[in-house]
Amino acid sequence: MMRQSDGLASRFDWPLFIAAVSIALLGVVNLYSATSVYGAGAVSERYITQIYWLLGSGIVGALICAFDYRHMERYAYLVYAVAVFSLVLVFVLGRDVRGAVRWIPIGSFQFQPSEFTKLCLVIALAKFLHDDPKNEGRTLKDLVIPALLTAVPAFLILRQPDLGTAMIHVFIFLTIAAVTKISLKSIILFVTTSAVGAYVAYHFVLLDYQRARVEVFLNPEADILGKGWHAHHARVAIGNGQFLGNGYLKGMQNQFLFLPDQSTDFPFPVWAEEWGFVGSTVMIGLYLFLCLWAIRIASQARDRFGAVLCVGATAMIFWHAVINISMTCGLMPVVGVTMPLFSYGGSSVSNTMLAVALLMSVSMRRNMVRPSAAELRY
Amino acid sequence: MSFFAQRSDTTEFRKRFRWVALVMVIGFFAILGRLFQLQILEGAENHALAIENVVRKVTLATTRGRIVDKNGKVLADSRASYNVYVVPKKIDMAVTWPKLASYLGLQQEERVRLEEKLNKIRDDKDDPRQTQQILLKEDISWESVVMVTEQQGELPGVSVVSVQVRFYPYGPAGAHVLGYMAEVSGENLPKLRSAGYLEGDRLGAAGTERAWESYLRGTRGWEKVLVDARGRKRNDPGGIIEDEDRRVDPIPGRDLRLTIDADLQVAIEKAFKGELAGGVAVLEVKTGRILGLYSRPSFDSAALSGANGKAALRDAFRKLATDPLKPAVDKTVSGSYPPGSTFKPFTALAALEKGLIDPRTTSQCRGFIKFGRKIYGCTHVHGATSLHKAIAQSCNVYFWGLVTEQQVGMDVIADLGQRFGFGQKTGLGINAEASGRMPTRAWMTYRNKGRYLQGFALNAAIGQGATTVSVLQLALAYGALANGGTLFQPQLVRAVETSNGTVVQEFSPRLRRQISLDPDNLRLVQKALYGGVNEEGGTANRARIEGVDMAGKTGTAQVGHKLVRGLEAEKVWYFNRDHAWFAGYAPSGAPEIAVVVLVEHGGAGGKHAAPIAFRVVAAWTELTAARTGQKPKEDASPRSSAGKRGDRSRQRTP
Repeated sequence: MMRQSDGLASRFDWPLFIAAVSIALLGVVNLYSATSVYGAGAVSERYITQIYWLLGSGIVGALICAFDYRHMERYAYLVYAVAVFSLVLVFVLGRDVRGAVRWIPIGSFQFQPSEFTKLCLVIALAKFLHDDPKNEGRTLKDLVIPALLTAVPAFLILRQPDLGTAMIHVFIFLTIAAVTKISLKSIILFVTTSAVGAYVAYHFVLLDYQRARVEVFLNPEADILGKGWHAHHARVAIGNGQFLGNGYLKGMQNQFLFLPDQSTDFPFPVWAEEWGFVGSTVMIGLYLFLCLWAIRIASQARDRFGAVLCVGATAMIFWHAVINISMTCGLMPVVGVTMPLFSYGGSSVSNTMLAVALLMSVSMRRNMVRPSAAELRY
Repeated sequence: MSFFAQRSDTTEFRKRFRWVALVMVIGFFAILGRLFQLQILEGAENHALAIENVVRKVTLATTRGRIVDKNGKVLADSRASYNVYVVPKKIDMAVTWPKLASYLGLQQEERVRLEEKLNKIRDDKDDPRQTQQILLKEDISWESVVMVTEQQGELPGVSVVSVQVRFYPYGPAGAHVLGYMAEVSGENLPKLRSAGYLEGDRLGAAGTERAWESYLRGTRGWEKVLVDARGRKRNDPGGIIEDEDRRVDPIPGRDLRLTIDADLQVAIEKAFKGELAGGVAVLEVKTGRILGLYSRPSFDSAALSGANGKAALRDAFRKLATDPLKPAVDKTVSGSYPPGSTFKPFTALAALEKGLIDPRTTSQCRGFIKFGRKIYGCTHVHGATSLHKAIAQSCNVYFWGLVTEQQVGMDVIADLGQRFGFGQKTGLGINAEASGRMPTRAWMTYRNKGRYLQGFALNAAIGQGATTVSVLQLALAYGALANGGTLFQPQLVRAVETSNGTVVQEFSPRLRRQISLDPDNLRLVQKALYGGVNEEGGTANRARIEGVDMAGKTGTAQVGHKLVRGLEAEKVWYFNRDHAWFAGYAPSGAPEIAVVVLVEHGGAGGKHAAPIAFRVVAAWTELTAARTGQKPKEDASPRSSAGKRGDRSRQRTP
């Protein structure tokens, strides 16, 4: 055991760590600017709260790294069940915030279960695929159970309603499915059914405000003062950054309060306005590096469980980042999806930190000798 | 070993990682492309949009120029008026309302009325005014303004808004000259918008305020301010607004210095007390500058301009529209009246200039003449009458004789009358000017369907019939009689000045024409005018005030109704009574001013108009003396003016 611990420390994945910490620190720096416009008060001290959350979830993450991720395999479905249960609990205990019930109040904190169900889903899917190795092409039938595993939390989250997070669940599933070997026939079938499904969903499942967002996206200039407000001003803010940006704490659209939710859903326009195209490129580069590095970890994972775990965690970070930035710069309709590690929010930050910790855990054990079954079971 | 390792137990994922990685690269590069578009390609555009978001152009109000009299006394100025607005839904009737009522010093009656009004709005759920600012009280006292603004925190839903209102320190004394202001009407607004008027603006609606609007108005300025998304003002962190594009100061309107003498104007108003309607014009004979121009009944310029609130504005307009004496009409400029006997000097001059009469010869006045089948009556039997006596004592028979016996025809009179400016607008430039009428033979023939009657000329000779003049025309013509034949264009505005008193533009007197006259003839007429006032038997002699040196002519003009002979003037229906005139100049020896007084339906000129003229000249003499530091000059030829003549009330010209 001593030998193994020494090995663990020496196998610490510095690139992963540095990329994640850089994003988180820049997030704090950006958060300070985003909230400084509100003057003294609770909002302007959010960056301190954010630091506490980062430190707290960092410590939890370190503990997770210390344990072998494969222990999780046994409890995967239990974790999943707890997550789904917590989603049900939201409907019972949840608090209505701006027309959506997403949070469970715990003391003075607000806990958002849907943030964590993503990771729990990843664990459950990893467990399923780990137990179901296949070398020939999979058909859709083989993916029914993983699809159901995804559909249950996604549906519950959609009813909160929280389209963005539900979508992330589906995208995580799709990404994981993509790395499995699916037959061509199944892919074609899947694409056609989902196209029909999307049409049906748009007209019969989505709520009015969600549809409005899609419409705003399709016709951004139609209603700048109303539904298109966020999207329009976010785009203007990003563009206003131009090449070098307005400078730190000098973002005009931000300073003049034209960016609502600039600490949670719209931190990127704040960043892009202050640091310009150069800063935006750096930020995109960091995320790209983080995602590619995480995929590399997945490819080097010691077992199928670890590999799928990494792909899921990476997918989560990737989709969050891409959807969030896309919606701020008008490539996608506005859905409430945070920017991983960068956005303010305890649930979001700690969830992403846990994902990074899982990646780290897998990465640190990639070259370890496969332990015996007895060793794993203690 | 490539970037992505492949392990034996994850063979199912073989090669798929590369695809996933590729998707990620594509995803992020798509975003990067979009950012390149937004920040680089459309960067300048978005920067402009961002600036547009925060920069707001605020208009800066300008102040309307003042109108001052020739000595700098303020005739019209603007002041701030403070109005209280409340939002009915926001106001707490139990706590805020009593406080507000006491700050505003509301009387019990008004308080109850306003309280009911507010409660009515508050109780009606569908009333849109519930959440709007409604006007509670206009023009509150300065003490109330201080109280309410100091206690603003305790008075939610209450606000004080200041507006500029026009006020006129001399009240009705010069109302027609100054005019009033009116809010831009909805139908005119589209036209006026291009000239920079906004909704709620007021512009001059009459008098000088209207005619000189473009000078008085001033130009709005603007300032760019930074406003955040919540509508709060912010300081410029630097560089958002370019300095040279930050502010354009408002340009205050120009001040106007009139030729009017405010003190004289007040004196005229005082002199006119007791008469219902009419007008007075006083002007400098050497320049044509108007010292006093007064029309009665007058109106309240300030109330009409909205300075005393909406209720007062409504009342003032109702009065203006319904008063049978027509206060809206400027009787000195817009009204034209038969001049009556005040025209006789011009008939005389016409005859003299043509050489048709010898002033030394006399004709017999038996109190009437027979012409055709009609009998034309004189005021009384004048006996042997010379030109001098005919003017001084206003003998009609003498002037009729000029027509019937001396070939002084219609066109002879009209020709001279036109040279003195009758029948033509004077070019004063304010209010709707009447041109009056100086009828010619051709015109009379045309009007009488091709038949010319010599009776027309008989009427024209004594200023009756179709001949009409305005008070101002007559004053200018008498000015020309006094100054040797120079007809001036009347001047009302002396100079345009900036708000700090620098003269921008000064206007010099403008000559209309030099009337070529034989000085001897003019002297004869002037002497007769002196006689009319100062000689025993002169028609204005009884009204004479000791120490006032003046020459002039009375007139009593028929208004077209046959009067019952011998009926007391006061018993005739008001609108059938004759107009009373006096036209003259002072001092008689070296004339400075011309004075014309018209009392509409006043009756006899000698009894009703002449006394006013004397009082006006007396006031002018006093004012001039006080200003130059000299004592008023003693009357050159003191004469008793005690009532030598008996029956004044019957002294009329037909």
